[in-house]
Amino acid sequence: MSAPLVEMIGIHKHFGALHAVDDVSCELYPGEVVGVLGHNGAGKTTLIKILAGVHPNDGGTIKVHGRPVKFGSPRDAQRVGIETIYQHLALADNIDAAGNLFLGRELRTRWGTLDIHRMAHEAGKIIRRINPNFTQTHLPVRAMSGGQRQTVAIARALYFNAKILIMDEPTAALGPGETQIVKDLIMSLKREGIGIFIISHEMRDVFDVCDRLVVMKNGKVVGTTKVADVTEDDVLGMIILGKRPAPRAEASTR
Amino acid sequence: MVLVLIAIWVVLDVLTHGLFLTPRNLYNLSIQTSVGAILACGMVFVIVARQIDLSIGSLIAFTGVLTAFAQVNWFEGHPTASWVLSIAIGLAAGIAVGMFQGWWIAYRGIPALVVTLAGFLIYRGAAFMLADGQTIAPLDETYQRLGGGSAGSLGVAASWLLGALGCTWVAWNVWNTRRERGKYTETPLPAWLDVVKVVLGVAAILVFVAVMVSYPDRRQLDENGNGPGMGIGIPVLLLILVVVVLSFLAHRTRFGRYVFAFGGNPEAALLAGINTRLLVVKIFVMMGILSGIAAVITTARLNAGANSIGQLAELYAIAAAVIGGTSLAGGVGSVPGAVVGALIIWSLDSGMVILDVGSAPRQIIIGLVLIAAGWFDIAYNKRHSR
Repeated sequence: MSAPLVEMIGIHKHFGALHAVDDVSCELYPGEVVGVLGHNGAGKTTLIKILAGVHPNDGGTIKVHGRPVKFGSPRDAQRVGIETIYQHLALADNIDAAGNLFLGRELRTRWGTLDIHRMAHEAGKIIRRINPNFTQTHLPVRAMSGGQRQTVAIARALYFNAKILIMDEPTAALGPGETQIVKDLIMSLKREGIGIFIISHEMRDVFDVCDRLVVMKNGKVVGTTKVADVTEDDVLGMIILGKRPAPRAEASTR
Repeated sequence: MVLVLIAIWVVLDVLTHGLFLTPRNLYNLSIQTSVGAILACGMVFVIVARQIDLSIGSLIAFTGVLTAFAQVNWFEGHPTASWVLSIAIGLAAGIAVGMFQGWWIAYRGIPALVVTLAGFLIYRGAAFMLADGQTIAPLDETYQRLGGGSAGSLGVAASWLLGALGCTWVAWNVWNTRRERGKYTETPLPAWLDVVKVVLGVAAILVFVAVMVSYPDRRQLDENGNGPGMGIGIPVLLLILVVVVLSFLAHRTRFGRYVFAFGGNPEAALLAGINTRLLVVKIFVMMGILSGIAAVITTARLNAGANSIGQLAELYAIAAAVIGGTSLAGGVGSVPGAVVGALIIWSLDSGMVILDVGSAPRQIIIGLVLIAAGWFDIAYNKRHSR
């Protein structure tokens, strides 16, 4: 087995009296898709925001490519190849696809001004690679469908050569056809050796694309298991009861 | 909006029997509008970023009194240094106030409405104390030219030169956009569209300059009442500079891009790693600088610094920005739109003065126009959101 892309060891996060993430450890390998599951408030979004550089962790260590890292802002996480696609997609509605794709990392001319024509060109190129039917990239995001917005968010991750991709509810706002496009894309990214964390409530999607699951409850990890070793009912039991299923899944952690 | 402005001009010209569209009235209108338009341009950035600034009228009074105070009390007898340094001091005060307000808003989380409402009280009080309630006058003669008074214009030759520069820029801009697009796309915009853009832009500039130079300069008239024209007023020149710089910031720099992104979705801007707090401080610093410039024009025009100047300036700036298409929901607005909004307000005002409408009904009518603009904003947003 190759070396892990990401190791999170003993991560803690408090918000006042709330222990949102309590001694959580997990890792992610190249070409692996790991689902992070749990009820609302289980701590999964907080965990993922720590890895994305949005929240600093109060305790524990994050290693990327075996090296310990400390993130002060999302830019620090982006610099080591971590890209995040948020549930609400985190796009500015009033700006076009190129503007959103390059937000915070604009291409500039040698005068230091925005190179809007080159950004439009690059954005159009990468968006068409993902979704050839999507040509209206100059419109503000407000005018786009859920699938098109998702395409813009994914294009942002791809353009900046993500090695580690975090997807928060990637299929939540999508119709069946668009969900399939996103799933196909996840599988092709996986083949390229990118490691992916997915937060999802859609059990079917999780079983279709994930290799491994991390189930959380009340800020703690209930268990980590290979998808191949469990049924949907086992996983639901872990989410709801906060207990590991019958012994047959016991030996399945990596 | 430009069409609305033209319609207003035509109607006012008919109602005043041709008194509205005269070089004399249009020159005065251009001077009257420039202060409000400068402030409205800055207010576009403030409102686009989902903030508000109610303090600018009081800030104009404070920086204006400070500038006049410094000129009269500290630099008396130094003709050049006096107006240059006093302006620098006024602008520095504007920057400091902008940092102060921006810090409370961005780093301490107090709503902009509260902080700038406090500023509304504080700075006019400070202006009164600094001037001891007195009017500070007279001011330096060179300084007075900045107000657009009797010697406050560029003259004929410089005005045409500026017009020629403007025409060149319009043509270059259209050509350059075409060239840049051509690098990446197979289907450039139709050539006739670019030609129309250049022709309209050049025509507007040339007509404007022609009108400004045909208003005769009263100081240089011969016995028949003929003489060289005034040309473009210096306050208008300052407005043009502000529009150019702010439009450039809005469209071609990271700062402008982030202001719009933050207004469209503050969380998205934060998650993209943008320092949104510093961004808000920068916006209020910019508004402070523009208030300082507005104070210079106002005091130069009055030839005095007084704590009563700039009253209601914040509300007219907001009104002009909104009439010009800036949405109070944030994320949407344009600098040229704000100039058109300001022109609509001051055109109505000046036209009604000629028609001998009292100040009370004038306020009512401008208020109604503001409601119409707000209604248009809502109707437009309904049509464009799903």
